[in-house]
Amino acid sequence: MSKFQQLRLEGVTRRFGGQDALVDLDLTIERGEFIALLGPSGCGKSTALNCLAGLLPLTAGRIWQDDTRLDTLLPEKRGFGMVFQNYALFPHLTVWKNIAFGLQMRRLPGAEIRRRTDEAIALVHLEEQARKLPGQLSGGQQQRVAIARAVVLEPSLVLMDEPLSNLDAKLRLEMRTEIRRLHQALGLTTVYVTHDQEEALSMADRLVVLRGGRVQQIGTPEQLHTQPANRHVADFMGFRNLLPMKVVTTGVSTVVEGGGLTLQGTPVGDVHPGDEVVAGVRPESLRIAEDGFPATVEVVEYQGREVAVEAVTDAGQRLHLRAADRPAPGDKVRLAVDPAALLLFPAGGAH
Amino acid sequence: MAAVTETRVALRHRLAERGIDRQLLLLGPALLFVVTLFVYPFFYGIGLSFQPEQGGPFGAYRSFFADAYERGTLTTTLWLSLPVALLNVGASVPIAYRMRGRFRGKRLLTTVLVVPITLGTVLTAQGLLNFLGPTGWFNRTLMSLHVIDEPVRLTHNYWGVFFSLVITGFPFAFLLVLSYLSGIDPTLEKAAATLGAGWAQRFRRITLPLLAPGLATTFCLTFVLAFSVFPSAVLVGDPAGETRVISIAAWHAGYEQYDYPKASAIAVVMGLVELVVIAAVLGWRSLLYTGSTGGKG
Amino acid sequence: MKLAARPAAWIVWGVVAFFFINLFGLVGSVIVSSFGKQWFDTWLPSGFTGQWYGEAWKDFGLLPVLVTTLEVSALVVGISVLVGVPASYVLARRSFPGRRVLYLLFLLPILMPPITYGIPLATVLYKYGFAGHMTGVVLANLVPSVPFVILTMTPFIEQIDPAIERAARMCGAGTRQVFVRILAPLLVPGMLAASILVLVRTVGMFELTFLTAGPDSTTLVVALYNSMSAAGIRAQQAVDAMAVIYTGTMLVLLVLALRLVNPTQLVARVKEEDPA
Repeated sequence: MSKFQQLRLEGVTRRFGGQDALVDLDLTIERGEFIALLGPSGCGKSTALNCLAGLLPLTAGRIWQDDTRLDTLLPEKRGFGMVFQNYALFPHLTVWKNIAFGLQMRRLPGAEIRRRTDEAIALVHLEEQARKLPGQLSGGQQQRVAIARAVVLEPSLVLMDEPLSNLDAKLRLEMRTEIRRLHQALGLTTVYVTHDQEEALSMADRLVVLRGGRVQQIGTPEQLHTQPANRHVADFMGFRNLLPMKVVTTGVSTVVEGGGLTLQGTPVGDVHPGDEVVAGVRPESLRIAEDGFPATVEVVEYQGREVAVEAVTDAGQRLHLRAADRPAPGDKVRLAVDPAALLLFPAGGAH
Repeated sequence: MAAVTETRVALRHRLAERGIDRQLLLLGPALLFVVTLFVYPFFYGIGLSFQPEQGGPFGAYRSFFADAYERGTLTTTLWLSLPVALLNVGASVPIAYRMRGRFRGKRLLTTVLVVPITLGTVLTAQGLLNFLGPTGWFNRTLMSLHVIDEPVRLTHNYWGVFFSLVITGFPFAFLLVLSYLSGIDPTLEKAAATLGAGWAQRFRRITLPLLAPGLATTFCLTFVLAFSVFPSAVLVGDPAGETRVISIAAWHAGYEQYDYPKASAIAVVMGLVELVVIAAVLGWRSLLYTGSTGGKG
Repeated sequence: MKLAARPAAWIVWGVVAFFFINLFGLVGSVIVSSFGKQWFDTWLPSGFTGQWYGEAWKDFGLLPVLVTTLEVSALVVGISVLVGVPASYVLARRSFPGRRVLYLLFLLPILMPPITYGIPLATVLYKYGFAGHMTGVVLANLVPSVPFVILTMTPFIEQIDPAIERAARMCGAGTRQVFVRILAPLLVPGMLAASILVLVRTVGMFELTFLTAGPDSTTLVVALYNSMSAAGIRAQQAVDAMAVIYTGTMLVLLVLALRLVNPTQLVARVKEEDPA
């Protein structure tokens, strides 16, 4: 299959009867990248994937593969592989025939079909199951068949639509590693749709966060993790404490107050004294410290090496934090946060 | 005493393990109905067919098969019902395939299609007599378009019955095929498309194999409908000649000659022939994949 | 794909349109004729009148026929629901030895054409003196109706989560209370659907009624057949008027039915053998 250098989406838009499902998606995918489309359900990530696959026509915009225009091509002419959420295995064909299907569509010689299918089966460790029907396999095995069927064609791009969402937690972790391994071993370019931020952060080279059909942020896992562009991305990236506050001073340090607290933080974008902001901080950035503000421990959850604590400030603001030692419910504690870890997002700003 | 109660409890427990308890009694009335009104008459009819007034136990059958006029009803019926069933199923597939998605007016379309089924063959026959008759609108239209010079004879012969069976049978086959088709997970075709299959290949390699068992069932049901044709064969057909189907022969024997053994024998023959056709189709069907057609597996 | 498929699409829609034109012509010609004064070799009758309806009503004695039709259908619907629903509950909820055989047994009367079992059934009914009046007609019509209720209700009950019943038991409800307070309200929509389906089928059922009915127990469809096969005695238009009355009755039932069920359900249930 012809490998491309770059795949460009330009202003890709899709409307369903007046409803914007995806608005103006601009994205350049480099060869060999692993891109995750991340967002809550209904954010447009699956729409984006289906547009890319050619299963949905675009309302506006273009898709380019180097200098070839792709968005006018039928799905079967694009040469992409796709793994569907419910796997979409052909129930009347054996595992072997499912995987060989795409090769047969290319009318390759029989010997080559046999060789490549066998290789693909070995790649996902399904030699024992090759003659079985999909209905006789476990969820994890079906998942492997779906992946093998998509990659056996050595597609220029592999699209995956929440492929792990039907698996249990343990299997999901295993398959995550497996998919990443295949991506590297076969030198694939992958676009991966998920609503699980942890999955996206651990697998992808770059993430695209979508909300309401609009791109919120595109960046590496580190960028998204440490510098979310707005409070929605922050919410998605594990900033569990989002406090409505008001800016007091700006300049060398930005001070905000609200809910009986006065804190120093780092603004994201332009803020001015008097502005309403949302102050976001991760549970792991809140620490118990002598010089902090007072709070009362309410709930303590044991989580292995540390405990998750829910505490309430004197003004009634609920906060999530992590602690190494184990406080008891009802304990009075003092909490502090590093100004660099307290991000201040303009309130109500989605963009 | 205690031991007896214990064994009784143990027995009840063992039966309950196998799923037998008093709740099954709820099946009683329905079972009684089916046995007394369906199974018993059936066997009674079979028994009766072997007790004709003359000719020994097989006399009724012999008199049916010996008489070319009677025997001919079998071929007449098959010659009507097999082509009709094939046409109905065959025409349904491409039409249903085009209409399997959602579109505006789909419910209206299916509703209109239900009309001829609910109206039944008697009314269809009456309508066909008016509509396809020598002075009916159909012949008038063709003549005024100069397609034909003379009215075509479409009633009181083979074609009248044929059309009446298509009018009632096609919607039936279509609706069945349509619901079988919508039972096939549409992502399977999408998956095939991303693997490089064009629409013809998708239809032949994915949809058709998954649909085939449903088609076999549909064929059986439409065939049964057509095979037992009765009122329209009398009303729009030629009940003494070209369309003397086997149900007319059975009715004639039972209700005009009052020869119940012979009527039962004909009903038995009718049932057997029909079962042979169905068994052949279902036997072929059992060679096909008949599991889930997508969804959550 | 869209462009390439155009001609095929036109052919398909053309066939459908042709079918519908003929269907409308067929029903339309009956209606027009029933209102026509005289209709020989012309596009439309020479004039319009409603007199045939009065004539049909009087000559064919339609009032008693309609009453009989109503009585027969009501009895068939009532009995088949009463008998069928408990059985479908057991079939939907329980697994026991012989369940599949039983299911097949209930399926058979629907799969067999009415004529094949109708003739022996009528013979039996005549032998015991049931046929020739309403009892026989009702009994004969129950044969496909009870299984039909079972086949409609079994999947309906299957989709009710059994956990609901267990929850009711955990809340302290006994078997009777579970049935009356929990299941019955949940089953009402399904029973309504099954009833209307049986009603439509019974009113339209020709063969079984024809084989078992006596002179004072004919239903509308059999009366229509009789008047058609005895053509020549009465004016064609009076027969048409009767056909229109029959059509009207069926259409009213159909509209009622379609408020409750999907059109496909009127035909048959598409359900593969249950995987139990």
